[in-house]
Amino acid sequence: MKRTNRVLTILIFVFLYIPMVVLVVASFNTGKDITEFEGFTLRQYSRLFQDSSLLELLRNSLIISVLASAAATVFGTVAAVGIHNLNPRLRKTAMTLTNIPMTNPDIVTGVSLSLLFVFVGTRLLGQRNSLTFWTLLIAHITFNLPYVILNVMPKLKQMDASLTDAAMDLGCTPVQAFFRVTLYEIMPGIVSGAIMAFTMSLDDFVISYFVSGLDFVTLPVEIYSYTKKPLQPKIYAMFTLLFLMILALMIAMNVIQLYTDKKKAHTRSAGL
Amino acid sequence: MSKELIRLQDLTMEFDGERILDGINLYFNDHEFLTLLGPSGCGKTTTLRIIGGFLTPTSGKVIFDGKVVNDLPPYQRQVNTVFQRYALFPHLDVYDNVAFGLKVAKVPKDEIQRRVTEMLETVSLKGYENRRVDSLSGGQQQRVAIARALVNRPKVLLLDEPLAALDLRLRKDMQNELKRIQQATGITFIYVTHDQEEALSMSDTVVVMDKGRIQQIGRPEDIYNEPKNAFVADFIGESNILDGVMLSDYHVRFFGRVFDCVDKGFAPNENVDVVIRPEDIDIVPQAQGHLVGTVTSVTFKGLNYDIIVEFKGFKWLIQTTDYQPVGAVIGIRLNPEDIHIMHKSEYSGMFGDYSSYSAEYDELTEDAEDEEE
Amino acid sequence: MKKNNAVLLSAPYLVWMVVFTLIPLGVVAYYALTDPSTGAFSLGNLANLGMYLPVLWQSIVYSLVSACICLVLGYPVAYFIAHCGPFAQKFLYMLVMLPMCMSFLLRTLAWVGLLQDTGIINTLLGKIGIGPLTLIRTPGAVILGMVYNYLPYMILPLYATIVKIDPRLIEAAEDLGCNGVQVFSRVVLPLSVPGILSGMTMVFVPSVSTFYISQKLGGTDTVLIGDVIERQFKQGNNPNLGAALSLVLMLLVLVCTSILNRFGGDQEEGGVVV
Repeated sequence: MKRTNRVLTILIFVFLYIPMVVLVVASFNTGKDITEFEGFTLRQYSRLFQDSSLLELLRNSLIISVLASAAATVFGTVAAVGIHNLNPRLRKTAMTLTNIPMTNPDIVTGVSLSLLFVFVGTRLLGQRNSLTFWTLLIAHITFNLPYVILNVMPKLKQMDASLTDAAMDLGCTPVQAFFRVTLYEIMPGIVSGAIMAFTMSLDDFVISYFVSGLDFVTLPVEIYSYTKKPLQPKIYAMFTLLFLMILALMIAMNVIQLYTDKKKAHTRSAGL
Repeated sequence: MSKELIRLQDLTMEFDGERILDGINLYFNDHEFLTLLGPSGCGKTTTLRIIGGFLTPTSGKVIFDGKVVNDLPPYQRQVNTVFQRYALFPHLDVYDNVAFGLKVAKVPKDEIQRRVTEMLETVSLKGYENRRVDSLSGGQQQRVAIARALVNRPKVLLLDEPLAALDLRLRKDMQNELKRIQQATGITFIYVTHDQEEALSMSDTVVVMDKGRIQQIGRPEDIYNEPKNAFVADFIGESNILDGVMLSDYHVRFFGRVFDCVDKGFAPNENVDVVIRPEDIDIVPQAQGHLVGTVTSVTFKGLNYDIIVEFKGFKWLIQTTDYQPVGAVIGIRLNPEDIHIMHKSEYSGMFGDYSSYSAEYDELTEDAEDEEE
Repeated sequence: MKKNNAVLLSAPYLVWMVVFTLIPLGVVAYYALTDPSTGAFSLGNLANLGMYLPVLWQSIVYSLVSACICLVLGYPVAYFIAHCGPFAQKFLYMLVMLPMCMSFLLRTLAWVGLLQDTGIINTLLGKIGIGPLTLIRTPGAVILGMVYNYLPYMILPLYATIVKIDPRLIEAAEDLGCNGVQVFSRVVLPLSVPGILSGMTMVFVPSVSTFYISQKLGGTDTVLIGDVIERQFKQGNNPNLGAALSLVLMLLVLVCTSILNRFGGDQEEGGVVV
């Protein structure tokens, strides 16, 4: 049983990674066709760095995801603290509201936001182009918020409620108590919520596709329009670089986490 | 006479329509060690949280030093709390936990240093300054919590079941430690517990609470020796509680017999609850006994035996150092000072460890009443 | 005092969510009920929906099949990961997460390169004398694309549930006379139900609404509801019909997820967020 599981697991990982290997290999291909490896070259990489429009798209994507995830993290954390202290009925309503973007298909979220923006923009404000950078940002913040809330809420719930009481007992105002105590306790939730929001934003295609205008386009949206024509191989080079960056980031995060876990385990055992 | 520090006036508290506190009237004197004692859900922790400022009472007044402080938030009260599970800040070490309140109050650095060091010495934690709090044992965490509260020199220290999480041995040590600290600092302690032994051994004054109401206030000895009603009698120590009739001052009738007692001031022929502490009962040979019963069970408790004796279908708990085998027929004697008389209350008939209903006993009582007529 | 602060802190968020999730859905309904040319109230869009029932049905079938395949493939993987050492667990978890962070457009495109008639697979098959086979533009290719893209969404919640199962429960079951198969069917599987349900939901919802996968890997007969909606907005320029279809899709997802959750009772906030 264990051995078949192991074989199956390896096969599944091969399945998950083959397309990415194909893309990475294609980035070193002298030919243009993804299906045929003609020879090794690094030319695509130099082309990538000369292509200012592609780099600009990447920059756009980073701007949107950094802004949206930062805004959602601050806004969502404050909101989570509020929701946590609401009475149960209101809290349930708030959580239902939070779950709407999580359970709705992305296409519905995208379509509904784009209709809202168009409706308000053209009908009510009389603008020509109602889809702008700002609508894109609003959309991203909206679908990022639930990730922050759903990561912070469990930490608030786990936290010993008497810690904030203790802080206030020792002279903190509620705001001071938040910054001196609560923030430290829920930090892991805030960080994982922020990371999740950031990657969701960076990767988002479906919602951005419906709500972005012509003035500000993110990388995934543009890649979609590229894929209707034969793809330029420098895109593969960019994929490879992003792959390596994310891999490095994940390994770094895991190493840090492993290290802190070990430290914690160490002090705990020293205490016993 | 020491001066009054806190007064609670007609305090009531309701959560979602449920009444948690029902007309609490209580005052706390300076330098006093006062304990709120009662089973869980009796309102003792709610009372404490109202004094601490974490809850606002539904009605009534909280008066601190002559001023009404109902709406004063916790951070503006000269009160500090030791929380049930200590609530130490996990992201700070021992020193920073203790220094927390002083730092918030922006006390100069060198004074913080001096006071924290001094306080850690008081609670015997010198040398632990840089330890993480989660690396400490329960007893040490407890001390940090006390130091963290006391270093702010509050007028009142609130302690919410601070020893509940400790094992028995440590709990005894900490009881002495707390009493010592209280006497050394002279700070008023308001202590919440459900452990009657803890309450009796540490406090100057004990307040027994149940169902959101105060049942009795008094010195530990008075609470134990002169319980006001069946609840207090049962909750403090173990007791046999029986129905009786107070014939006149110093004379009570139960078990179809008139006993001398030391209580007076009841209405003639008033129905009363009679409390007899299991350790007050003397076992004597059958012939000399006021009552004669059969031993139905014996349990060795270390210091003594707990024996259950059946008198006419009515079971009593007796604590004795003399071993009596199951089935032995014994007599008991009751001295006047061993018999405590209480007015009937809503608790009558609900309490008593073994003295549950006995049909035989009822018949006996009826017989006696018939004779009287 | 505390309650007022709570309301104060959460109110801006609640307002934001109402304005940007609830009201947009209202706007969708508004568009669905108005005529595209005149803007007047009309049931015409809803009347046209009948035409798209086969497409809707096809979307449901495809995504349910994909979700089931994901479950069958994902469960052993999740189980395996959950029973590795702590270091291997972290590493494998990361390997599952990693593809989710990469552009799914490009990864799907790689499958086109693999599956097309002159693609990598057919070239390899040709070398051993088989083929060429028609792989792309088939229903199988669409399902493959869905399984490939959303398998991690199945594995992660399953892993999170399985790893929490107390090993003492398994020992207890063995102690009470269960053999390996019985331990699995009577203890492990029932306890994995929350993970299975959230995994099924997390695969089903994006699958049923996808348009990219079917556009790239499917043929003319594998049009899904997502395709139709996308076309109404981006090509057909009939947003009113698109709105009506979006409403239908939303209701469909709502119904399907609540049926799924009915199986496992309430498990509020029990699932894992990915």
